[in-house]
Amino acid sequence: MSLWDFYARNSQEVLGLVGQHLYLVAISTGAAIVIGVPLGILLTRRTAWRGPVLGVANVFQTVPSLALFGFLIPLPFIGGIGATTAIVALVLYALLPIVRNTYEGVTGVDPAVREAGRGMGMTDWQLLTQVELPLGFGVILAGVRVATVVSVGTATIAAAIGAGGLGVYIFRGVAVVDDTLILAGALPAALMALAADGLLGVAERRFAWRGK
Amino acid sequence: MTKPLEVQGLGYRLPGKGKGETGNGRLLVHEVSFTVGAGETLVLLGRSGSGKTTTLKLINRLLEPTVGEVRVAGERAADLPVTRLRRRIGYVIQEVGLFPHFTVERNVGLVPRLDGWPPPRIATRVRDLLALVGLDSDTFARRYPHELSGGQRQRVGVARALAADPPLLLLDEPFGALDPITRVELQREFKALEGRLGKGMVFVTHDVREGLLLGTRIGLMLQGRLAFLGTPDEFRRSEHPECKAFMAAA
Ligand SMILES: Nc1ncnc2c1ncn2[C@@H]1O[C@H](COP(=O)(O)OP(=O)(O)OP(=O)(O)O)[C@@H](O)[C@H]1O
Ligand SMILES: [Mg+2]
Repeated sequence: MSLWDFYARNSQEVLGLVGQHLYLVAISTGAAIVIGVPLGILLTRRTAWRGPVLGVANVFQTVPSLALFGFLIPLPFIGGIGATTAIVALVLYALLPIVRNTYEGVTGVDPAVREAGRGMGMTDWQLLTQVELPLGFGVILAGVRVATVVSVGTATIAAAIGAGGLGVYIFRGVAVVDDTLILAGALPAALMALAADGLLGVAERRFAWRGK
Repeated sequence: MTKPLEVQGLGYRLPGKGKGETGNGRLLVHEVSFTVGAGETLVLLGRSGSGKTTTLKLINRLLEPTVGEVRVAGERAADLPVTRLRRRIGYVIQEVGLFPHFTVERNVGLVPRLDGWPPPRIATRVRDLLALVGLDSDTFARRYPHELSGGQRQRVGVARALAADPPLLLLDEPFGALDPITRVELQREFKALEGRLGKGMVFVTHDVREGLLLGTRIGLMLQGRLAFLGTPDEFRRSEHPECKAFMAAA
């Protein structure tokens, strides 16, 4: 059976899985932004915390994703079989690029610009919101882009713990040794990653003030 | 009348080697005293590393003095909230430090906006200031800093420092990065401005000619101390070896 025949016959199911996949990625990346950006900003104000926090975020990144999903299952509240566990794991993965890029975006602002701002009597909050965040926005977006693309890929593994998404086809295809089935899951996931990369890349260049 | 700036026994020691401290306890500025009246420009002259920039930062509290007193327009700087103090002091740094994501207009209007001026008043003020520093508002107001030449950026930097009409201006080598011709042009214009503005100014440079041209008084810094303080004429005649070294370089 060709891929197109497969899609034609299972269009309902395919759309459902694409929807689940988008849901996993959107919720987890959204949560990672809500947690990661303030955390990154906090690190610029408490530089002593930078090492430990980035270190912990780094550790999450290095744990193989399947293992991380597995570790989370027995935990109360956030664990168990299903989407919640998957989302928690995806958030943990997405945190590092977002925290790191927020930190780098804010601290990467030209020191002369920061000194001029402080010297003219801006409060720390004004400096952050009017100067550092706008100027660092492109770099922060780059972190979000990396996090999103990685999330799209990692979310395929979420099927292993019953969270659904396009990984369902991939796992099923691997189990029954059916290339079409594997491709049916992998192709939309790849397109999704490319689209996210492209769109966020455009936004990022739009906000790249540095070097001008 | 109170003077724009009075500095008494100012000193700054780097934090020591104690816990959580990275410095070595070195004395960067020591026993610096001077006053600047309205319409006066004190030029701080000195070799690289002599403590000129540090002295300026002690005045607007980008660094907190470890000893001594600074008064701006009669008020003790240490008693004022730091943002309020700084909004009363125009500050021009060598690298200009214009905000790259703001237009010229917004850059110049920054401090008035922080102080909550109504927008029409800011707009008028910005036009006036751009005219004052020799930039045509219609041509330049909507440009971004990367669309300006170095000399134009410096002009915008000076306009920005003047925006909220502060009694005191601190200028740290404002013309340092310019080509010699533009530099002389800006010096000449600045000289004409000085008299008109009637503000107190502290102007840092390591260029003796610039200092002698623009200063009503010269303060010569040497290893964190004020080795000489006097009029340009007194400076020219001074027997102090560091003054002579600078005069020889002129
Ligand atoms: N944060 C700091 N930590 C340690 N040393 C510092 C610090 N800031 C300045 N210094 C030292 O203080 C001395 C005076 O520096 P300052 O910047 O005031 O010199 P300057 O006279 O402005 O020199 P230049 O003409 O090169 O700008 C220098 O020896 C410099 O290395
Ligand atoms: Mg300096």
